[in-house]
Amino acid sequence: MNKIFFHYAAPQNFYGLAGRLWPWVAALASALAVWGLWLGFFVAPTDFQQGQGYRIIFVHVPVSWMSMIIYLAMAFWAFLGLTFNTRLSGMMCRALAPTGAICAFLSLWTGALWGKPMWGTWWVWDARLTSELILFFLYLGYIALTNAIDDTRRADKAGGILALVGALNVPVIYFSVKWWNTLHQGASVSLTQGSKMAEIMLQAMLIMAVAFWLYAIAIALYRVRSMILMRERHAQWVADLPEIKAQVKRTSP
Amino acid sequence: MLTVSHLSLSRGHRRLFSDVSFSLMPGQWLHLEGDNGVGKTSLLRLLCGLGVCEQGEVTWKNQSIVQEPENFRADLLYLGHQLALKEDLSPLENLRTDALVAGRDGSVDRVMAALGQMGLRGREHLPVRVLSQGQKRRTALARLLISRAPLWILDEPFVALDSPAQNALSGVINAHLNDAGMLLVTSHQPLSLQGQALSYRLTA
Amino acid sequence: MSAFWAVVQRDLVLAMRRKTEVITAVFFFVVVAALFPLGIGPEINTLRLVAPGILWVGALLASMLSLGRLFAADFADGTLEQMALSPNSLSVLVAAKILAHWLLSGLPLVLLAPVLGLQFDLTEEALWTLTIGLLLGTPILSLIGAVGAALTLGVRGGDVLLSLLILPLYVPALIFGAGAVQAQMSGLGAAAHLSILAAMALVAAVFSPWVSAASLRIALES
Repeated sequence: MNKIFFHYAAPQNFYGLAGRLWPWVAALASALAVWGLWLGFFVAPTDFQQGQGYRIIFVHVPVSWMSMIIYLAMAFWAFLGLTFNTRLSGMMCRALAPTGAICAFLSLWTGALWGKPMWGTWWVWDARLTSELILFFLYLGYIALTNAIDDTRRADKAGGILALVGALNVPVIYFSVKWWNTLHQGASVSLTQGSKMAEIMLQAMLIMAVAFWLYAIAIALYRVRSMILMRERHAQWVADLPEIKAQVKRTSP
Repeated sequence: MLTVSHLSLSRGHRRLFSDVSFSLMPGQWLHLEGDNGVGKTSLLRLLCGLGVCEQGEVTWKNQSIVQEPENFRADLLYLGHQLALKEDLSPLENLRTDALVAGRDGSVDRVMAALGQMGLRGREHLPVRVLSQGQKRRTALARLLISRAPLWILDEPFVALDSPAQNALSGVINAHLNDAGMLLVTSHQPLSLQGQALSYRLTA
Repeated sequence: MSAFWAVVQRDLVLAMRRKTEVITAVFFFVVVAALFPLGIGPEINTLRLVAPGILWVGALLASMLSLGRLFAADFADGTLEQMALSPNSLSVLVAAKILAHWLLSGLPLVLLAPVLGLQFDLTEEALWTLTIGLLLGTPILSLIGAVGAALTLGVRGGDVLLSLLILPLYVPALIFGAGAVQAQMSGLGAAAHLSILAAMALVAAVFSPWVSAASLRIALES
């Protein structure tokens, strides 16, 4: 088991593995997404209070979950990378960040789209939405830092520290925002308030969550492959790749 | 007592140097030679522990410098291109703080004596800002007199020094070598120092 | 004198010979506290309500202004390198620099806050809560800010990037600090808030020097 682990820890070997895996994962993600959306948009009953507009939660809730799970995954890879000083861990962490940021942004956007017909405003300082906003800033900070540092090894390590510090702070931030919100007795809206979760709705949300998760994995694998090519571009094994040879042939006079 | 085995370093994709090996015993000094840009400064910094060696190992007194780095640092004095002097402080203030930070004896008498020996008598209390380049370098080099570290790693120490200052520095180094000290030095000028001379040429 | 106090003294002496650091933080705080009422309106009841938030955000931003300089000068002239090569633990030396930073950029804000709070017609008890809160909170800002400063050392666009990195991490301190004053003003008592701030300060004091030192070594490697 250890041997397999160390074999694929080398970028050269992981490149091939990722290349074989990601199309399957993407296909599975697409299938699940179709199923989940069909359940959510056509099968699930119209909500008693919220009408048809509520159906956006089938995107909103899964992306919210994913935005948090991806951050945890980043923290995991950051921890591995800093402890074992492996190059691939740093790349995995960086590959997940844009997807995580997109999930956080979608969560905020779908939250607003849902909020307008529900509460009459585009934004509400609800504890969860506010925490999501801060999580979005954490993602942006990570992406900005890793992009600003030219030295790739330093960027990986600095990003890793930032991801870990952020991950440890996320519970603190969430707790304090929750405190802040309840203290003011303001518009404490629950996203599922007023409607008991029908079984079918929960099922659709879970399916969509898994679909997004698989999508995140597929796109992270794809992104890591690009990163590996970029970082190892002067290595012989890259020059020997069939797709690189074909590209060179196409572009050379 | 300093052993370097099969050290290699890359910057990005560019391999700076590979398979560097040598050792240094008390009373010896090693002249690290090589063209500009070949990686001499990077190698010196790696030997100080300021970088992470991907391959190879550096040991001091038979212990890797990565294990128990405080012991290694207590025995090391490194002077690089940067002078590590605060312009708004005087040489006396600079060196006293420096000695305390490095865990060395930073008493006023000792520092004043060191500055005097480096030709800065009368200027110990002026802000470093107003000193000439040569005087600033001599202030930085006065650290050599304050430190009791056996291993000195100096990156181009003779640069910007006039003849008397160069002689003074050679004198300081010779005294150190005669006292069972070690020196690892880079310099584009030819060096004539006492003690057993070694050299290593770094090539790409 | 130990290495720790030698570093604190050096940073304090250097700042005293230039004085800009202290003045910048203080001046910014005063300006922010004056600008908000100009933007909000002079109605004293409104201002009293928003005062805790304004003063805390002002203190936060003022403290953040000087963070970029925390390690930059030492990095540029080689002093940081010498500290990293010292047999003394780099975490201890970094803690010394953070203490000096707080004394220069945080403590003046703590002392100034009650004076500015008078402009917002805060009661005496509220002013006390504000001051104690900032006394606990400004060290948190210096400690968390040090990690950000270490990560962005020598990076292009470092200052703006630094702000982006640490502002999300400042949120808990801001919430409990301003919340303490609001709780006091509404009669609920600020003890819980201040205790939580104290706990945060303690945790930050334990972890930040170590994480900052690790980040500095990463910056020195390249």
